[in-house]
Amino acid sequence: MKILVCISHVPDTTAKINFKNNETEFDKEGVQFVINPNDEFGLTKAMILKETLGGNVTVINVGDASSEPTLRKALAIGADDAIRVDRVPKDAFTVASDIAEEVKAGGYDLILGGIESIDYNGGQVMAMVAALCNLPIVDTCVGLSIDGNKATAMREIDGGKETLETTLPLVIAGKKGLVEEKDLRIPNMRGIMMARTKKLEVKSPTAATEKVADKKYEKPAARGNCKMISADNVGELVELLHNEAKVI
Amino acid sequence: MSILAIVETWEGNFKKASFEVVSVAKRIAGGDKVTALVMGTPNENASVLGKYGADDIRVISSSGINPLEMAYALAGLIPAEASQIVLSHTNNGKVIAATLAVKTGLPLLTNVVSLPEGGIVKRKSFSSKGIAHASANEGRSILSIVPNAIGVVEIAGAGNVSDAQGSGSNAPSIKSINIDKAKGKIPLIEADIVVSAGRGMKDPSNWGMVEEMAEILGAGTACSKPVSDMGWRPHSEHVGQTGIAINPQLYIAIGISGAIQHLAGVNSSKNIVVINKDPEAPFFKSADYGIVGDAFEVVPKLNEALRNFKANN
Repeated sequence: MKILVCISHVPDTTAKINFKNNETEFDKEGVQFVINPNDEFGLTKAMILKETLGGNVTVINVGDASSEPTLRKALAIGADDAIRVDRVPKDAFTVASDIAEEVKAGGYDLILGGIESIDYNGGQVMAMVAALCNLPIVDTCVGLSIDGNKATAMREIDGGKETLETTLPLVIAGKKGLVEEKDLRIPNMRGIMMARTKKLEVKSPTAATEKVADKKYEKPAARGNCKMISADNVGELVELLHNEAKVI
Repeated sequence: MSILAIVETWEGNFKKASFEVVSVAKRIAGGDKVTALVMGTPNENASVLGKYGADDIRVISSSGINPLEMAYALAGLIPAEASQIVLSHTNNGKVIAATLAVKTGLPLLTNVVSLPEGGIVKRKSFSSKGIAHASANEGRSILSIVPNAIGVVEIAGAGNVSDAQGSGSNAPSIKSINIDKAKGKIPLIEADIVVSAGRGMKDPSNWGMVEEMAEILGAGTACSKPVSDMGWRPHSEHVGQTGIAINPQLYIAIGISGAIQHLAGVNSSKNIVVINKDPEAPFFKSADYGIVGDAFEVVPKLNEALRNFKANN
């Protein structure tokens, strides 16, 4: 089985978010970058599937050279080889087009990624890859099993879960639940050593051009002071929620 | 020129998000026409969408229940005069939006939290630690709106209902074999009030008082990440950076310290109440109202006060 895992290179979940150049650009200064948490579930799922069904796991990122350490980390976790498409990612359509090109050329059975990146929160790339390749997609996927050419997947729907049946090749946009968080793979020393010599191929981007653009950024307004209420007077909170906040 | 609203139904019912999408389309349209494309067969008369601004309401009963089928069905039904297409950034809406964007070649802006102004919308980014001002590079575009972010305004439209034919039979095949509904629960992303609890509850058997508060308030229930990781509560209740992001009118956090990753999922809430026995809990800095106290003492008292309030209002 040939598996492609799409990896986004994002600021760590605890990173302070600041903007520069008149608030037009994310300030990477002092920020630690990691594998997008939603993609980590796809990567571990790929390792588990490879162990049970055999095959090859390729990781792909659309980004400049600064994302290579993140791809090396994915190799250290156990991916067999890596592709970096050399483009500074600015919108979902261009990223999806670059990934779709590899999907079409590479003959993959399964394309795994996360529901969204935790930086630009587009949540579009995996569904766009599926649409560009005319493949089925299961989004917000929280369970997947493969039997031959058949896939059974579970997705979250608004107010419940749905179990679906489809066939490979298949695109999955996963999140926590695709594998349990405690089962997430982390690199060990042997993996880190082996990753150094694994193949990391740099490919040229497609001719696709951006369809949308971020013009500037702002930080959300800070909340006013927290109004403290005595634990002995919870009635005051009810009063405030009714008369001041007007939410009950 | 017209504005197109794509309206989902859930088991034949319109939800608040359905009305919100139509209302947003109307506010963008101003005096222009608003067309609502309804996916599935609604139980109630679709003319109700007229109350929120729809002029032409076209019901596509053949759209199927899978978002991929819906998107393929819709791709052939987008009128050339539609300058903006609006839908809800729900689990289904996300797939429909991205698929439709590829099939129609239109630019897509997701996670939108404001009406467009001069072609620019605000969209959630950096997991609510930032707001991006974004625009399409061409005129026509698709916007997927975060449920509850803009709100519903009633501005009536003509409300004419007709049927439309659309088929998603050319979509890649996905078969639904089972739907497991969270019984009697209010879906988190559309709840006006969310009651959430964390490790401070000490044991999953103590959740009764949390659920009681949710029941009194007609609220959804949520939890922090550690609590769902330990299996105390289902993953579907986990709100935060790697869980669900919500923006209710009122978020009540009980025994949650307020880690930056948790805040990322909830700090768009309009009002936040924090109940924590640790006065140094970072969550108090991001809250509107706070009570320092033991949840096991405060929550039962608060439930009683809320019950009395509800009985008299």
